Amino acid sequence: MITRRYFSQILAASFGTAAALTAATPAFAGALADIMKSGTIKIAVPQDFPPFGSVGADMQPQGYDIDMARLIASKMGLTLDLVPVTSENRIPFLQTHKVDIVISSLGKTPDRAKVIDFSDEYAPYVSGIFGPPSVLVSTPADLAGKTIGVTRGALEDLEVTKIAPPSAIINRYGDNQSTIAAFLSGQVQLIGTASAVASAIIARHPPVLPGLKITLKNSPCYIGLNKNEPDLMAKLNSIIATAKKDGSLNAISLKWLQTPLPAGF
Amino acid sequence: MTYHFDFGAVLVYWPALLHGVLITLELTGFGAVLGVGLGIVCAYIRLGGPRPLRFIIGVYVEMIRNTPFLVQLFFIFFGLPALGLSLSAIAAAILATVINLGAYSTEIIRAGIEGTPAGQTEAGASLGLTKFESFRHIILKPALARIWPALSAQIIIVMLGTAICSQIAVQELTYAASFIQSRSFRAFEAYFVVTALYLALAILLRQTLRLGGKFLFPWERSR
Repeated sequence: MITRRYFSQILAASFGTAAALTAATPAFAGALADIMKSGTIKIAVPQDFPPFGSVGADMQPQGYDIDMARLIASKMGLTLDLVPVTSENRIPFLQTHKVDIVISSLGKTPDRAKVIDFSDEYAPYVSGIFGPPSVLVSTPADLAGKTIGVTRGALEDLEVTKIAPPSAIINRYGDNQSTIAAFLSGQVQLIGTASAVASAIIARHPPVLPGLKITLKNSPCYIGLNKNEPDLMAKLNSIIATAKKDGSLNAISLKWLQTPLPAGF
Repeated sequence: MTYHFDFGAVLVYWPALLHGVLITLELTGFGAVLGVGLGIVCAYIRLGGPRPLRFIIGVYVEMIRNTPFLVQLFFIFFGLPALGLSLSAIAAAILATVINLGAYSTEIIRAGIEGTPAGQTEAGASLGLTKFESFRHIILKPALARIWPALSAQIIIVMLGTAICSQIAVQELTYAASFIQSRSFRAFEAYFVVTALYLALAILLRQTLRLGGKFLFPWERSR
């Protein structure tokens, strides 16, 4: 039987441990040097976000982001360790050094730029609000009284939260799979996601077709890395620049988005 | 590289945390009252009801106790709309909680009833009580008193388990934590605060149930 006093001792001890953890300050050399030394690069990728990242019939990860991760690893001569993440936990995975970089259709926002750095852009990305023809919406004001499903912490969550009138109901799900399931099962009328994702949903011939209602943002994807890593940043940017020039990035775009890279990329 | 703690960035979201605590309590409250009620009814039927009903309740209990809560929740929320029954997230969460606790408490209460000496039932019959009256006063109350600690522990497990409802966008405490960390990128602080809140809620709930037990079963020795 745990007496009250014994319990409070346990409590005090656990908070003491937490404080000790805080005081510990691990030292990190440059991230690039560490990665090259280990011979393996850990890259966070989505697994619930086709066509950027999903699991194929062979249970292997596949998609634009996964091909990009393979490209980076092979150009650096490293073994690739793919780490599946959700929209919500991809930045914490980077911050806590569970991964070296994030290639997870990550868009650039001022808030995100405060906590992590971004490489040059590697993929086009247009996000919007999608819904079936029966739901009549064409401006943010039309969202009044409608239910919209988004993935918590994703770009669409941030944008829809900004533009939707107060009477709109925004349901934020824990991962993209749940968001898509909520839309397809009719739990929400509209879905905020990427146009490429909406196309991937339509390709599966679901009962409700997500057509474009409102374009939220044209924001390309960037590779995310921890702050103050100039060597790693330079290396990634040079690989991206080469891939743009030699056509290998265009090949990835054709394969997964069925369109060549837009002009200016 | 040092991690600088910034609890201020999390605590400015206190309305979201408060809302989360209230929704967690709402789920637990409805879940506990209706779930235990369901458990009592099912235990009654399972012990003395007609054979087909006993069989149905047996299937229900085994199905729920041998499948994950998350799958049960997804089945109700994402699956049932296909059959034309579309529940809101909070209604689906409450229903899933009630069904889940109902199955566990059926077994806990049944154990309590089976532990009641047969002489007690016979004493009821000899006093001229009806079957229902005898169940209510002579069997159920002492049985509940006996299994109250086990039932309390199960209710606390259910309270902690409501965290899973964040997956279908029920805005309970875990939802508040992940919402805050998706805006502030302060994952450590957000989950630290929420851990402390869950701990406080669990202690509060345990004490409430202990006092409730003393009030409901004054003849039992205090535990």
